[in-house]
Amino acid sequence: MTEPDITPEVIAAHGFTPDEYAEVLRILGREPTFTELGIFSAMWNEHCSYKSSKKWLRTLPTSGPQVICGPGENAGVVDIGDGQAVVFKMESHNHPSYIEPHQGAATGVGGILRDVFTMGARPIAAMNALSFGVPEHPKTRHLINGVVEGIGAYGNAFGVPTVGGEVRFHPSYNGNCLVNAFAAGLADADRIFYSAASGVGMPVVYLGAKTGRDGVGGATMASAEFDDTIEEKRPTVQVGDPFTEKCLLEACLELMASGAVISIQDMGAAGLTCSAVEMGDKGGLGIRLNLDRVPQRETAMSAYEMMLSESQERMLMVLKPEKEAEARAIFEKWDLDFAIVGETIPEDRFLILHGNEIVADLPLSKLSSSAPEYDRPWEPGPRRTDVPEVPDIPALDALTVLLTSPDLAHKAWVWEQYDTQVMGDTVRPPGCGAGIVRVHGTPKLLAFTSDVTPRYVAANPVEGGKQAVAEAYRNLTACGATPLAATDNLNFGNPEKPKIMGQFVGAIQGIGEACRALAMPIVSGNVSLYNETDGSGILPTPTIGAVGLISSADRLIGGAAREGDVALLLGTTHGHLGQSALLWHVMGRDAGDAPAVDLSAERAHGDFVRENLARIGGCTDLSDGGLAIAAFEMAEAGGTGVALDAGDLPTLFGEDQARYLIAAAPDDAEALLAAAAAAGVPLARVGAFGGSDLRLGDQGAPMAELTEAWRGVFPALFGA
Amino acid sequence: MKAAVIVFPGSNCDRDIAVALKQAGAQVTMVWHKDDALPDGVDLVAVPGGFSFGDYLRCGAIAAQSPIARALRFHAERGGYVLGICNGFQVLTELKLLPGALLRNAGLRYICRTVPLTVTNAGTAFTSGYAAGQTIALPIAHHDGNYFADDETLARLKGEGQVAFTYGDNPNGSRHDIAGIVSANGRVLGMMPHPERAADPAHGGTDGRALFAGLADALERV
Repeated sequence: MTEPDITPEVIAAHGFTPDEYAEVLRILGREPTFTELGIFSAMWNEHCSYKSSKKWLRTLPTSGPQVICGPGENAGVVDIGDGQAVVFKMESHNHPSYIEPHQGAATGVGGILRDVFTMGARPIAAMNALSFGVPEHPKTRHLINGVVEGIGAYGNAFGVPTVGGEVRFHPSYNGNCLVNAFAAGLADADRIFYSAASGVGMPVVYLGAKTGRDGVGGATMASAEFDDTIEEKRPTVQVGDPFTEKCLLEACLELMASGAVISIQDMGAAGLTCSAVEMGDKGGLGIRLNLDRVPQRETAMSAYEMMLSESQERMLMVLKPEKEAEARAIFEKWDLDFAIVGETIPEDRFLILHGNEIVADLPLSKLSSSAPEYDRPWEPGPRRTDVPEVPDIPALDALTVLLTSPDLAHKAWVWEQYDTQVMGDTVRPPGCGAGIVRVHGTPKLLAFTSDVTPRYVAANPVEGGKQAVAEAYRNLTACGATPLAATDNLNFGNPEKPKIMGQFVGAIQGIGEACRALAMPIVSGNVSLYNETDGSGILPTPTIGAVGLISSADRLIGGAAREGDVALLLGTTHGHLGQSALLWHVMGRDAGDAPAVDLSAERAHGDFVRENLARIGGCTDLSDGGLAIAAFEMAEAGGTGVALDAGDLPTLFGEDQARYLIAAAPDDAEALLAAAAAAGVPLARVGAFGGSDLRLGDQGAPMAELTEAWRGVFPALFGA
Repeated sequence: MKAAVIVFPGSNCDRDIAVALKQAGAQVTMVWHKDDALPDGVDLVAVPGGFSFGDYLRCGAIAAQSPIARALRFHAERGGYVLGICNGFQVLTELKLLPGALLRNAGLRYICRTVPLTVTNAGTAFTSGYAAGQTIALPIAHHDGNYFADDETLARLKGEGQVAFTYGDNPNGSRHDIAGIVSANGRVLGMMPHPERAADPAHGGTDGRALFAGLADALERV
């Protein structure tokens, strides 16, 4: 088969800069073949190589006594005691979801589930953090309907409960929505599977679905900005098959239990290329592949297409040769392809054969470890020193505006399209802080949350980065969990712009500081850059997914208040309105600085909640919309009302950090106040739960009316 | 009670139903769809929820052609007990062990939420743990739960007491609010709601427990 010539146009179309291509020539000492160029392009694009972000990612804390495996594998692994581990990661599928929302989001879910079960873990929980343009934008309704349907279609059929997530709207996402998918799985701590190949002459086995032409060049697409040629990019979006993935999960777990697996890697971005190179590179080995043996869905596929295909539901494994028959029988039972497509070789070569010809012969380690790395110029954003004016609006009207804003409105419209209960271990479905599942057959619970406030990050990347981690810490703490570790999904614009790179650098600094102070190391993650359309970037959105452990169900704190409970506010209120939901939704302004995050206060207040949980009836963290929104949500969850003493906007809607709202029976409230005084932690009575009204100072409205308005927003905007 | 849970590729509530049956005291065996026989002495065959064969044809249609389906039909025709939940209900209609069909939800969306139900017939082995007319709350989680049957069939189902559960606030467009039906001999139950997801206080509801406990009691008495 003749391959196209390597012309300057072909080189540019593969996303190489002149310097990068010169490096390819230097490594090879000759011109690459077309297939080789494709392989280099797949390995060196931003999505796979992290070339703009690596320098800064290295500064994040990634270790701790609880960490079994940090970043660098398919997912992070964290000890949860009793010989068990939780395996988790969050990953973006932004670009595909904007081009084709249903399949883009579905395959995002599929990819993250595969990352988790490749490590030997059965997925037990999923979350999704979604950012869309404003509801009035002509594409938003189509995107949110497609994305939510796609997430549901994949996760529901696969059989993993979706227990949490976020949905936000902002004009900066009008041309570039974000779909960040999180998955967590459960494994035995001593039975984790890694990607490093070992042993020479070991069979390399292809598992799962057949290879088609879908997604060829997808990773390169995801590393470019969008422009008006976007419709032409549709063929690079893959199509998901959750049924095959479910079968692949069961087959892989059976295979792993059989002892046949030396190493295993899922085929995600850049499919066969990336998975084979990673297994070889990590094991210090070369790989030889014979593409004639690759199970193919279409006829006459070229080597280039097979090496770059992103067909879904595929795995690559290095097999113990003596176990071949047993392994093959497992895959036949599940009606999945099982093909020996190559072997490990001692020399540093990535050798690809097709139709009795060598189509690629590359030094394998150079594809991964020699990938370009950039220290891109960056500049810190201007410091926001403006002090926002307080809106002139009655508190109750402000609350109504917030409750009916799409960011804070009730989101059952979204999560009722997800199976939140399959596996029978969901203790707290979405809608009330962290999502919680049981560790099957044990008294332990795992809590999951995902958080970031992009307005804060835009105004102050360092404090905004800290805040994302702090809010995740608080959401886990509020249900009684001890935060264990986090995964970061860093969504930013074009890193070649110093201002965008400055946002990235600042956010990483803040995330790192907070993760260190709160003992939540980053164990996995993903970077999505070039989230821009026609030169206009998204708000910087470093989503933090975090996992916490509750040692037994009796240590779970609910999120609801009961009639007669006292409302206690833990933490200090300064009435910080900069970048608040109040300013944004009521005045349409993003004025002021982000709230400062006091990490020692976060730690102290979190510890206070955990140490006193027996006396806490319900708890929620204070975030967007401050005290008033938290009080409404706790009252609503408990089917009761609430009266807050304060009536001024800064107290009710300020977004100072390190704060929790606690509901406690009067006796317990007294004890908590005494305990706080003894511990030197600020805790004060701010009101009482009960009745059927919500009262802010001297104004009040029936809860039923507010709740109806709050619940009605999504169906009215996006279809009943 | 000896129970078998059939596992199709794509089943995903097989473990959940096994947990609920064991909790009610049943001995449970998982049976792979390629098997052509059920274990000896099985009282109850449970057909679990999920997406058998991906539901890529009509829901349950391919599962109804599995090798185990013939044994399932024989078990039912011999008077054995069969419980089909969600996708299992769809499989039972495809097998014609129950009349009617489950169409796409009227709102066209997948729905997962806890809904109120009325126990319309408490006289079957499956519903003996409830009182007739009792209102219970069970989760639903389906895209294709809109029960359809022709007028004549509906009249027969109602007349013969074959409607086991109805929705309080019809979520999916089912005719006559039907959420679950039994066969003419009362020994085959198909229902869209998931009693196994409300069988433990940790689930936030325990209204499903009586179904498994009642069934275990009734079968002990047989």
